[in-house]
Amino acid sequence: MALHQNPVPSTQPPAVGRSVPRKDGLGKATGATRYADDLSFPGMLYGRTIRSTIPCGTVREVRLEFARDGFTVVDWRDIPGRNVVALLTEDQPCLVEREVRHAAEPVLLLAHADREALLAASVHIEYDAGNPLFDPEASPQSFKNILIEKGDLAAGFAKAHLVVEGTYRTGHQEHVYIEPNGVIAVPEAGGIAVYGSIQCPYYVHKALVTLLGGAVTHVRVVQTETGGGFGGKEEYPSMLAGHAALLALKSGRPVKIVYDRVEDMQATTKRHPSIVRHRTGLSRDGRLVAMDVEVVMDGGAYVTLSPVVLSRGAIHAAGPYRCPNTRIAARAMFTNTPPNGAFRGFGAPQTEFAIEVHMERIAEALGMDSARLRERNALAPGDTTATGQRLGEDCSARRVLREAMRKSGYRRKRKAFAGTDRGIGLALYYHGSGFTGSGELKLASRASVELTATGVRILTSSTEIGQGTRTMHAQIVADALGIPYEQVEVAQPDTSVVPDSGPTVASRTCMIVGGILEHAAREMRERLDGMPPAEYFGHYGPLVVTRQYEQPEWIRWDEDAYRGDAYATYGWGCDVAEVEIDRDTWEVRPRRLTVVTDVGKAIHPALATGQIEGGTAQGVGYALLEQVSMRDGLMANAQLTNYIIPTTLDTPPIDVVLVENPYPGGPSGAKGLGELPMDGPAPALVNAIRQLGLDLRSIPALPEAIMEAACASR
Amino acid sequence: MRFTLNGAATELACHPASRLLDVLREECGLTGTKEGCGEGECGACTVLIDGAAVCSCIVPAAQAEGTEVTTIEGLGSDHPLARAFMDEVGAQCGICTPGMIMAATTLGARPSLAKIRTGLAGNLCRCTGYEAIYRAIRKR
Amino acid sequence: MLRDEEGVVPLAGATDLYVSLNFGTLTTRRFVNLWGLRPLGRIGMRDDTLSIGALATYTDMIGSRHVRRHLPMLVEAAREVGGMQIQNRGTLGGNIANASPAGDSLPVLAAADAVVVLRSSGEERRVRFAEFYTGYRQSARRPDELITAVEVGPVQGVQWFRKVGTRAAQAISKVVMAAVRAPVPRIALGSVAPTVIRLPLTEAALAGGAGPEEAARVLEAEIHPIDDLRSSSRYRKNVASNLLRRFWSDTTSG
Repeated sequence: MALHQNPVPSTQPPAVGRSVPRKDGLGKATGATRYADDLSFPGMLYGRTIRSTIPCGTVREVRLEFARDGFTVVDWRDIPGRNVVALLTEDQPCLVEREVRHAAEPVLLLAHADREALLAASVHIEYDAGNPLFDPEASPQSFKNILIEKGDLAAGFAKAHLVVEGTYRTGHQEHVYIEPNGVIAVPEAGGIAVYGSIQCPYYVHKALVTLLGGAVTHVRVVQTETGGGFGGKEEYPSMLAGHAALLALKSGRPVKIVYDRVEDMQATTKRHPSIVRHRTGLSRDGRLVAMDVEVVMDGGAYVTLSPVVLSRGAIHAAGPYRCPNTRIAARAMFTNTPPNGAFRGFGAPQTEFAIEVHMERIAEALGMDSARLRERNALAPGDTTATGQRLGEDCSARRVLREAMRKSGYRRKRKAFAGTDRGIGLALYYHGSGFTGSGELKLASRASVELTATGVRILTSSTEIGQGTRTMHAQIVADALGIPYEQVEVAQPDTSVVPDSGPTVASRTCMIVGGILEHAAREMRERLDGMPPAEYFGHYGPLVVTRQYEQPEWIRWDEDAYRGDAYATYGWGCDVAEVEIDRDTWEVRPRRLTVVTDVGKAIHPALATGQIEGGTAQGVGYALLEQVSMRDGLMANAQLTNYIIPTTLDTPPIDVVLVENPYPGGPSGAKGLGELPMDGPAPALVNAIRQLGLDLRSIPALPEAIMEAACASR
Repeated sequence: MRFTLNGAATELACHPASRLLDVLREECGLTGTKEGCGEGECGACTVLIDGAAVCSCIVPAAQAEGTEVTTIEGLGSDHPLARAFMDEVGAQCGICTPGMIMAATTLGARPSLAKIRTGLAGNLCRCTGYEAIYRAIRKR
Repeated sequence: MLRDEEGVVPLAGATDLYVSLNFGTLTTRRFVNLWGLRPLGRIGMRDDTLSIGALATYTDMIGSRHVRRHLPMLVEAAREVGGMQIQNRGTLGGNIANASPAGDSLPVLAAADAVVVLRSSGEERRVRFAEFYTGYRQSARRPDELITAVEVGPVQGVQWFRKVGTRAAQAISKVVMAAVRAPVPRIALGSVAPTVIRLPLTEAALAGGAGPEEAARVLEAEIHPIDDLRSSSRYRKNVASNLLRRFWSDTTSG
């Protein structure tokens, strides 16, 4: 398969591979860029959501104890279409009818022009409380079951010289995008427009069409500049947009709903907690001969995206390793807690935490060097994964491992730190790019390039949420067209203007959508036949080229058996974490993180580095600081005072090395990279803590837990 | 309420207990200062009062009376920090950036990395891991 | 105004105001704004007594040569409060009046045997810090009184301070200790009781010649911390006793 080349005229330095100025850099650096809460519309009302205070039961009575003047009140009976938040399934209501399945479930909506009056309105709800279920392992209801099987597990164990078992746990994680969720719904000409902090405008569009039915002639969703998403604005905005739209329709006025931090943390989605059990057989020389993995995820009260999170978690659960006999049995369970959802990494951070801590324990049990164990078992070109996918030359497991060892001085430091208060640990990981299996084919994403009076404009529903979508897409299109980067602009994602390019998730925005845009731009280049875009536009008028995703023919995936080519390609990474412990306080201070990642091609080196650095910092928080404390099925520490994310003083120096081992099917060889950095830090840090003599198998590794492990080991 | 806002004498009517953040964003129409938490934890609302960095979400308007308030809009697009943040990609999603830059203006001419990290400990960023922000401030 | 009107609360740097209002722990709706009363922020010496005005901010205290010389453990405590933005607004008087068991300056004042100066329209009185707190978030301050200053006499001995928070900055303490090494040592702890406390039994053991190990055992029996949202009782005990040993070894010369 030939590498995609961009034939660019020699007078034009290519934009791809250079850290060109961000398209949105000036606005963000001067405060001029406007986010959802910075916008207002004439006659706008503010909206508020009244939520259940019990985790399980039924609503007996709702009493409004305030004077109604100026208020718009909406309950489930006001829903013109179907009372569901349409996503994978239709089990989640937009507003409670009678049954409550989690605390903070939305029951009633209020709107008023005056925020004080809105907040002062008293609503009293009487419930018949039920018996809530909080333990996913005790849950009778599974949202999804997945079984991945390869080889003959029993035969594998029969051959094993050593068997190692272990159970590993991860907790919730809250996104803490610094801009909370917010939307404004605006009635327009028989229809409705929703502006908001949204990762996937077409998800919201579909949900609104289902919710509003025939009450509107059209629905338009516009993404406003978004202050962080990380998956937390993938599916949740469909709920929020529905609420604002219902209030807007009933009142006939624009309605803004922006959550404060407490409501956002309590009511919106979080990362799925997990329990992963490993039973692993090793040969005498440390090769994996049998892997039996059980994955349990806590999905919360409704299905939302649990089947897909489980899928990615299950596929990655065996780690970046070669093992002939593997079984992965995964299930996502119902509990009476707010539904969990997408969060950068999407199941893989959970299961890759487990396998990498497990591998460290295996190395200990074998008396083998950690890095050598990884090297001996790491996937290489020609090997097959747990789903039977044969990897090509774009597999970089050994290369990132070796580079990380070299760059970090792992072996030398490991010896030097022995017996001190310092530790060093590693984690090897990988992350599939794009949707699983036939997912991209089903999405049938489309993207367009159109001529303007000054150059070209990109039309895509892919959203800029900080990661650099606009910039990176413009670089790809500029080079494919052979025009300067400055002549490429990007349209604001508005569903009445841009085609459905699929959601901005799954590390697909560059590799998949960038790839579609590259094809569109090449086709346009042929049509222009050497004439500069603005000139062509002047002569002949508008020209739009739209292309759709074309699946590489070699991809074969069996959705029922869960076998085959799970992803078109993978990103690869190896993290080395250095820590220091304070044995007075049991605080573990990360001193340095070395992160080596293969991203195929860094379209914009500074942006790629920034994504790796940011994801690594989120991983540090996931490992050491971020605990969601649930009380009666509700987050009890829902303020930034009590939900602890890393400050500057908690974040170590992060040394990023970008490796470029191209994937021929990606634009300029690019693979996905947005989620990859989330998979490495937690196991690397816990493995570093292990060097201090502390056996930890769950995160967050708070000082309290470290103290308990220290006392246990004495 | 009378105060100096970005160098201009300003007079407006507001409740003395309203948050300075709301006065700036709504009464004054300056939306560059952002609300991330409303608790004084995240620093996205940082402005300067008489040259000192404060969280405007926890300052009652009455306490800004007679002071000089500077917001991100008061720095202008040619400010060295704005340029540096653009050059070093110090902003990804950009929501923390105004507060981050306002806090950074108080760090002095050539702050050490240690001083930057301590000085910005009250400004949370979720996108960058802070590294590019250090690069931007040290470049300026 | 405090004398004549009921339910009016003095307000300084307001770093806790909106948080408490939103949380529902503060139900007052009327405040008297002290922020502009600059004389109440003065830091100075009167003979050998350090006087810190109630409106002195953490930034003021960090920058004050008087505080640095006379009460360096207060400088350390001030540096650990929030971040720069909170240090620029939070005041010593506010920290005292807020009466949180986790207040970062309070163990310092307790270990230094500070004196709180209170003023009403009728009189000025002084209350020893040891007598100032009477219960959880309750103090000897009468509703018609303002805290105007804190006075600290000469502190004999080596001062020591350590805060253990939920993270390295912008953190509420899980355990916070201030101590003075002297023939009769003084040790104060925050976040292990409904108020800041001194440790008379532990102090007596050390003064009587007990070594740090034995004193740590006395300490662990003397305090009764709780499990809460931020930490556990076991952790607080374990860490408090580790800090005691660290205080002792850090301040042992030679």
